[in-house]
Amino acid sequence: MKNIKYLIAGILFGIVLVKSEVISWFRIQEMFRFQAFHMYGVIGSAVVVGMISVWLIKRFNLKSADGETIIIPKKQFTWGNVYGGLIFGLGWAITGACPGPLFALIGTGFPVIIVTLLSAVAGTWVYGLIRNNLPH
Amino acid sequence: MHFLSQPWPWYVGGPLIGLFVPALLFVGNKAFGVSSSLKHICAICMPADISFFKYDWKKESWNLFFVGGILIGGFIAAQFLNGQHPVNINPHTAELLKQNGVKDFSSLLPGGIFSFHQLLTLRGFIFIVIGGFLVGFGTRYANGCTSGHSIMGLSTLQWPSLVATCCFMIGGLVMTWFILPHLLQL
Repeated sequence: MKNIKYLIAGILFGIVLVKSEVISWFRIQEMFRFQAFHMYGVIGSAVVVGMISVWLIKRFNLKSADGETIIIPKKQFTWGNVYGGLIFGLGWAITGACPGPLFALIGTGFPVIIVTLLSAVAGTWVYGLIRNNLPH
Repeated sequence: MHFLSQPWPWYVGGPLIGLFVPALLFVGNKAFGVSSSLKHICAICMPADISFFKYDWKKESWNLFFVGGILIGGFIAAQFLNGQHPVNINPHTAELLKQNGVKDFSSLLPGGIFSFHQLLTLRGFIFIVIGGFLVGFGTRYANGCTSGHSIMGLSTLQWPSLVATCCFMIGGLVMTWFILPHLLQL
């Protein structure tokens, strides 16, 4: 039952994704064509709020609900950030959705996106299969 | 209630999304991110003796509850909060898309492309299946997606996430400007 809180967080996150229209294919097109500020505003202000929050957490050494010291996992650079990033970008512009929005879209009533999600799972699986042969 | 039934502007949606970074840290010391869930699904359903999928996914199960929640949240927003509606995009974008053959602007995505009817056409297969594959392959190769890198990674000032985010944009721009117009007209 300890996972219920993450389910609730996910529900709230899904609602925000839909209400701010970031799950819309059209919004992603607008973004990549630099014809609207909407998506840049969403991502930019999300990062600013995230940054300030993390700064406050570190500054005041705030603890998690269980009283643990908050740990921020370090991201190691690999060339996968570049090659994978480019590949993901290509896919993002086609589907108009990154992984979070894929789940939200299914919920909003586009059952065909289940196919896209399964295909994304297949993509992840194939990466796992061939990753030792890929440059990192 | 009026506010809940309207689409939210960027300065409401963006800060709310940003709050999930500290919220998940406070709730259980979890790093905000979505694409790992795809890896866990592989680990559960088809590890196939691939070392990349052999780990104790149960320890990461919170992430599956989180994405399950996203799906339910999408349902709630569409059913009760008027989330399913035409998107008020820039008329220039709409005009350009019309020239490229997009006809249906009545919902969050072009229904003329993303539907089961279209799945077995070349265009539908590329948008629905190939696109999804690239998203899944690319995010895992990049070790994160828009949430894990662009929001969590940038919020915590990690330069590999900045590199990844720039590459997301470059890939998306190349697709949108040079490839997508041809794909739309298939």
